[in-house]
Amino acid sequence: MRIFDPHIHMTSRTTDDYQAMYDAGVRAVVEPAFWLGQPRTSPESFVDYFDALLGWEPFRAAQYGIVHHCTIALNPKEANDPRCVPVLDELPRYLVKDSVVAVGEIGYDSMTPAEDTALATQLQLAADHGLPALVHTPHRDKLAGLRRTLDVVAESALPVEHVLLDHLNETTVGEAKDAGCWMGFSVYPDTKMDEDRMVAILKSHGPERVLVNSAADWGKSDPLKTRKVGDAMLRAGFDEDVVDQVLWRNPVAFYGLSGRLDLERAEPADVQHEGNSILRGGE
Amino acid sequence: MTHTTASPSSPPPTVDELRAALLACLAPPANAWLDGALTDAAEAAAAPAGAPPGRALPAWELRFAEAGRRCGAEDAADQARVLLLRTARPDATAVARLYRQGTAAERRAVLLALDHLDLAPADGLALVEDALRTNDTRLVAAAVGPYAGRHLDAHAWRHAVLKCLFTGVPVDAVAALEERAHGDGELARMLGDYASERTAAGRPVPDDLSRVLAVAGKAEES
Ligand SMILES: [Zn+2]
Repeated sequence: MRIFDPHIHMTSRTTDDYQAMYDAGVRAVVEPAFWLGQPRTSPESFVDYFDALLGWEPFRAAQYGIVHHCTIALNPKEANDPRCVPVLDELPRYLVKDSVVAVGEIGYDSMTPAEDTALATQLQLAADHGLPALVHTPHRDKLAGLRRTLDVVAESALPVEHVLLDHLNETTVGEAKDAGCWMGFSVYPDTKMDEDRMVAILKSHGPERVLVNSAADWGKSDPLKTRKVGDAMLRAGFDEDVVDQVLWRNPVAFYGLSGRLDLERAEPADVQHEGNSILRGGE
Repeated sequence: MTHTTASPSSPPPTVDELRAALLACLAPPANAWLDGALTDAAEAAAAPAGAPPGRALPAWELRFAEAGRRCGAEDAADQARVLLLRTARPDATAVARLYRQGTAAERRAVLLALDHLDLAPADGLALVEDALRTNDTRLVAAAVGPYAGRHLDAHAWRHAVLKCLFTGVPVDAVAALEERAHGDGELARMLGDYASERTAAGRPVPDDLSRVLAVAGKAEES
């Protein structure tokens, strides 16, 4: 089973996770820029984070045979902090980089005017740079947030088919599908979706434009949830081709809209040996 | 992954040689892209120095950023970026900005081109030292090229060699290895200590270590 996790925050994960992901079939990931748990207080802090997403993290991933791409954005939560907002001016120079395959995560957290502005600005940036957008739907007041998101997308220069709405569930999948967006589902141990509910959604809505991710980060989460969904799909009677569509071809098609997805390197790596700086945990 | 390694015996290729070699291995769309990109770079070289107006990137710097997705293979992208740098001939400020605002691949290209850019040693060394502080072996390998061979002081150079051994960068990547290591008693001591540490831990001593140690230990014979 080849797996592309289209939304996972590897910066927060260990090398054991990378190994377990590789063993489970994960060969490619996209790491969206997001909140780090601890609020940032300046654009400089974002810049160092973005540089890590374009430097150290892809290197770490490559040690484990996993190809790493990223999405870059000011996340909705920190869009509310005036100290952070100037990072919007830094985004254009990042959005031209080779392994940046979307603008994201953008979207709503608390649905404030500041979030409206950041969302609209960054949808425009995506359109300007020929990139799709990864749009997170809010955890609180999700359905209202989804509708407001769809309105802003409709008013933007970005075609709706270039938008992935993430963290969907049973109550939001229908409207996201009708709008013509790509549909992302985050499978989490306690919150968001679980494997069986994911299978039920695939049965009722089909696999077209559906992406499944672990959204694993610094919270209680599981980087192997993609594989667990694949196994649950097979148990539920889906064939391997549909599993491959959901876990590989759909994310490849969505992020491929950027023209920058490079999966040539998605081969098993043989670069790991004793003495490697990562295995030793640095100096 | 292949690294461009220094070869002390043959002179480095000229811009024209590099360009011909790269055009020969690129597919047609990438070929046309490279031609356009090099034209942009040549125009930048001819333009008066100074920061670009506003936040807009100069055209050639956008080509520099997108070389990976245009050229496909990592090696070809390295070569294209080096060619762009050697053609645009950015000043020290621009080189530092390209490095500091670059992805790992862009930083690697700056390091690989360093020896062919007109920089005061302090300006280039700041970038080499930055790369040597990382644990990214692609950057470390690119940092120990001819520029480092020529300009790194003895202490920093010895640590660079040791860093290669620690991180698994083949010492073939180290430019001027034989000349600089030859008879370097302090380097021999450092390598010997590292070998003892490995042995004490029950770990093998890397072949590369023994190789450099043999060169460094030649002091009294010559
Ligand atoms: Zn996320």
